[in-house]
Amino acid sequence: MKIGVLALQGAFEEHIVMLKKLGAETAEVRLSEQLDDLDGLIIPGGESTTIGKLMVDFDLLEPIREFGLAHAIWGTCAGAILLSKDAHREQPLLELMDITVERNAFGRQLDSFEAGLDVDFLKQATGAGDPFHAVFIRAPIIESVGADVETLISLPDGRIVAAQQGHLLATSFHPELTGDTRFHEYFLSLVGAG
Amino acid sequence: MEEQTDLFRVKKGLAQMLKGGVIMDVVTPEQAKIAEDAGACAVMALERVPADIRADGGVARMSDPDMIMGIIDAVSIPVMAKARIGHFVEAQILESLGVDYIDESEVLTPADNDFHIYKHDFKVPFVCGCRNLGEAMRRIGEGAAMMRTKGEAGTGDVVEAVYHARTVLGDIRRLQSMPIEEVMTFAKEIGAPFEILMETRELGRLPVVNFAAGGIATPADAALMMQLGVDGLFVGSGIFKSGDPAKRAAAIVKACTHYNDPGILADVSKNLGEAMVGINVSTMPDEEKLAGRGW
Repeated sequence: MKIGVLALQGAFEEHIVMLKKLGAETAEVRLSEQLDDLDGLIIPGGESTTIGKLMVDFDLLEPIREFGLAHAIWGTCAGAILLSKDAHREQPLLELMDITVERNAFGRQLDSFEAGLDVDFLKQATGAGDPFHAVFIRAPIIESVGADVETLISLPDGRIVAAQQGHLLATSFHPELTGDTRFHEYFLSLVGAG
Repeated sequence: MEEQTDLFRVKKGLAQMLKGGVIMDVVTPEQAKIAEDAGACAVMALERVPADIRADGGVARMSDPDMIMGIIDAVSIPVMAKARIGHFVEAQILESLGVDYIDESEVLTPADNDFHIYKHDFKVPFVCGCRNLGEAMRRIGEGAAMMRTKGEAGTGDVVEAVYHARTVLGDIRRLQSMPIEEVMTFAKEIGAPFEILMETRELGRLPVVNFAAGGIATPADAALMMQLGVDGLFVGSGIFKSGDPAKRAAAIVKACTHYNDPGILADVSKNLGEAMVGINVSTMPDEEKLAGRGW
């Protein structure tokens, strides 16, 4: 199984380390032809405006859209913004998932935080359903989800921080910044199912 | 939901999200917009770029909070601002404004000739400059959550940026190859906290994100620093002191991503107009160099 990590800007290296721990073959993706032999793609955290602009400049928007029709894609933080159809701002988006997001929904860096999340749904794929320690950095929230989208995790106040639409996955936090590989395992299970 | 925040991880985490990106010095909200549109991953809000600080002389201090707030309101990307070395009250003020990162910077006139800010006391993360591994280790010991090699700001001459990056990365390679019993004496020699040095040895890299700064003026300079092994770039005077800032900014962002692809680098280097004029560092008197500030 070969998983690409979009390497235009952001924390792509951290995802590669996690994938390697799980024995997956990995590749950095900067140009569209590098998508050709991949089974799945991760769009990492970073600045969504920077990554989006580079996607346009290097003609990646359409190829990733097409890739996403048949393959699993997971977006973390900026990646989740890029998967959405609306981020309330003029910026290039993949519009693959029927979700709207609010950027920097918790505030600025001073409001960044960590929290234990209830992830019972991970139990089946990973064998462990105990709370997931999640890192939120200038994080977005998933404001609303369409009919085909399943909400995976909400905060106690109801705000959605993880959602899935078929083989597409969006999380507003950063599983790549902790040692806990369960989300990466879950994503690999989506890749395998595709 | 139990809050169980590891503050240092959250501070380091934002720097990890900036990796592979370019942080640009801007002096107005308009410049901040140009930087954001060109693909900057963050901006550094300051009143004067280093080239002008050099030209103007006098004491360089923290920028006007109103000017910083104007930039915070203008863009959606993270905003950094500079405090003087050791000036913890400037840092308190910047934290209260809600800036996303504070640069305790040698580009401003130091406020303390012996001591840096104790950065663990702040919730806002700090980036600091370094010229060698010992300096990096001391700053991380004080709580810096991101480093940048200093270079020589406001010159447009990349030679010191290369020297400092090579020194830090070379020191790490040396640290990794030495037998473990030599590490304590090495720590003593370079003035480094032992535990952080051991962690660095284990990781084979600095335990925080490390950008290059100080003299980067072209896409080729940007790719050079990335190929040497830094995580990303600060570009100060190099953009807004050039003939076509928007175009040069976008080109440097592309070069930072495709730093290993000479064909793309050639392409983005075309027709950028005048680069900043620059000052040759080798003919510069030592007392005019900013990189020596920091203890």
